Amino acid sequence: MTTMTIAKAINEGLRATLDNNPRTLLMGEDIGALGGVYRVTDGLLAEFGADRVVDTPLAESGIIGTAIGLALRGYLPVCEIQFDGFVFPGFNQITTQLAKMHARSNGNLTVPVVVRIPYGGGIGSIEHHSESPEALFAHTAGLRIITPSNAHDAYWMIRQAVECQDPVIVFEPKRRYWLKGEVDTDSPGASADPFKAHVLREGTDATVVAYGPLVPVALAAADAAAEDGHSIEVIDLRSISPIDFDTVTASAKKTGRLVVAHEAPTFGGIGGEIAARVSERAFLALEAPVIRVGGFHMPYPVAKVEEDYLPDIDRILEALDRALAY
Amino acid sequence: MGATHLPSTEFDETAADDQLEAAAEAQLGNPAEPMVQLLAPDGTLGTDPVFSAYAERLDGEKLCGFYADMAKIRRFDVEATALQRQGQLALWVPLTGQEAAQIGSGRASQPQDYIFPTYREHGVALTRNVDLAELLRQFRGVSNGGWNPKDTNFHLYTLVLAAQTPHAVGYAMGIQRDQKLAAAAVGVDGALDRPAEPKAAVVVYFGDGASSEGDVHESMVFASSYNAPVVFFCQNNHWAISVPSSVQTRIPLSNRAKGYGFPGVRVDGNDVIAVHAVTEWALEHAREGKGPVLIEAFTYRVGAHTTADDPTKYRESAEETLWRAKDPLDRLEKYLRAEGLADDAFFEQVKADGDELAAYVRKTTYDLETPDIRTAFANTYVEAHPLVAEELAWFEEYSAGFAETPERDSADPDEASTGVAR
Repeated sequence: MTTMTIAKAINEGLRATLDNNPRTLLMGEDIGALGGVYRVTDGLLAEFGADRVVDTPLAESGIIGTAIGLALRGYLPVCEIQFDGFVFPGFNQITTQLAKMHARSNGNLTVPVVVRIPYGGGIGSIEHHSESPEALFAHTAGLRIITPSNAHDAYWMIRQAVECQDPVIVFEPKRRYWLKGEVDTDSPGASADPFKAHVLREGTDATVVAYGPLVPVALAAADAAAEDGHSIEVIDLRSISPIDFDTVTASAKKTGRLVVAHEAPTFGGIGGEIAARVSERAFLALEAPVIRVGGFHMPYPVAKVEEDYLPDIDRILEALDRALAY
Repeated sequence: MGATHLPSTEFDETAADDQLEAAAEAQLGNPAEPMVQLLAPDGTLGTDPVFSAYAERLDGEKLCGFYADMAKIRRFDVEATALQRQGQLALWVPLTGQEAAQIGSGRASQPQDYIFPTYREHGVALTRNVDLAELLRQFRGVSNGGWNPKDTNFHLYTLVLAAQTPHAVGYAMGIQRDQKLAAAAVGVDGALDRPAEPKAAVVVYFGDGASSEGDVHESMVFASSYNAPVVFFCQNNHWAISVPSSVQTRIPLSNRAKGYGFPGVRVDGNDVIAVHAVTEWALEHAREGKGPVLIEAFTYRVGAHTTADDPTKYRESAEETLWRAKDPLDRLEKYLRAEGLADDAFFEQVKADGDELAAYVRKTTYDLETPDIRTAFANTYVEAHPLVAEELAWFEEYSAGFAETPERDSADPDEASTGVAR
């Protein structure tokens, strides 16, 4: 066990994949000498050279598109998109090409490209640097989407993403990059399957599902609720596509009440999908409607008011109050 | 040339129209614009200081082969169009007029090269030994691909314009890395430990319309920055559905290469000898590590964009007549006859072979099997996926209900949905 930040854990995970397979390579803007704007690839250029840690031209479609070509030639590219709001120039390549290549080739071709996207707000940044676009990708069949909430998962998820034969998007909770945690680099342990949700805290009165940056918030909300005598179960979803509905449904059946929290706007979001599926699977066990906590239907607001936009402990507690009132 | 005039700062619609017309006229055959041509429309063979040497590699047998290929693919085009008109294909994308651009470039590639087509490269497919009946799967609506690119190094058609161009550059970057890995003998799998393979390059096709897409720009930047072994082969067929090439560019497209720092060559796309020579040169350039090349094959889409298109709404028949006089097959036939390289018997045989191919394609098209949607479930992901499994299970149960229930509108609604009737 080693204590490290999430950023360092991803760095170590990338180092391990580069070490393990000469066909793994990293691509992105400023990932070389600078080590990426968040220093996630720090030191890797010096260690593995410019053919494997590739500073690319400033062109997201080109990054994803050339990664697809490299994958077709047998390489395992890991692309860094600098910020969530800048993935859109590459959206066409991700959704019309990367996601569909295996299907449209009748299974003959595989494109095991990994796309890393730092996402989410809470860092006081300027426009386009604080968004949570995961639902836009989750709607596209052919992609897998995972998001770590802690250092151990961050280390293993990037390795598992590279090993997966399907394209994987790893949404990295950028405001938690410096969150430290214990990492076992010898064994993933309970994190062996990146597409499985984890019950982080057991409870009996209600369940809160969160992922990525909101997992620590959900845990803190559960602590606060406990002071009021409510026993809250907390699930770290970990995988956004596919979603581990078995774990979520089992918890909803047990507690009878479900709150889903994410930074992304609630409308058309992952919370809505979870609410719909759980309603179908556990309707008779539910004591309350599934309640969503998320961003508003507006462009991500300016930094000075983002606290009013982002779900926090109180917003989750308010949702729990509503669920428990039924 | 006229097309290089900059528009005035104040927009003048009449002046703009004049400029477009001038540009269009210039593009239709401004003799001042350098363009590599070896075989003139009248069938006479000219010379070029660089490319004649490449043309001299071609003997009579190869030239006859080019003619046979072009005639074959034109016959195929006619048959596929007929199949669409008869309702056997949902859509067809005709290539007539572009045979020399496609056969000339396709025959210049070698087996180890990898080709990324757009969606009209039936002639290139022929040169890569793709079964032409397989090519029709996509247009019959039974596959989004149809062939395994690994068999022929001829990638699937890509319908999102220019999206394949960065794939080609990435693939070429992979070739570069393969060479380094092989040199360093750092193999993790057996493939890397084989003896040195012949040097490879990539050819990517796109059109004058797609040249406006950002992906072409980004691809050329990447290719230039990394000196990737890729040949950008632009078939300027003058029309992006209804929009003339003068709207996509005010200069010859080949000139754009200068801005990226690699060679650009405009070649007469209806001259199979010149196209072959230029592409062979470009591929050698790329394979030898000298970097990318842009080829603009100056040609013409004689037919419609697709079978759903109507060119009479946007262009003059006089223009089509002008281009028919530059026909790629006619000029090669004239040359072969004049040089005594082919006789009537050869041309009769070519025609018979074309008819045979057409009959084969027609029959095979009728026989193309409709796939089971279960294959779509199976091919969405490589690895097992719980949502796909769940939806497939639902679909199986739902389908089974219909199969075993005599009447679709069963009196008991539960019977069909639960599959109780099984």
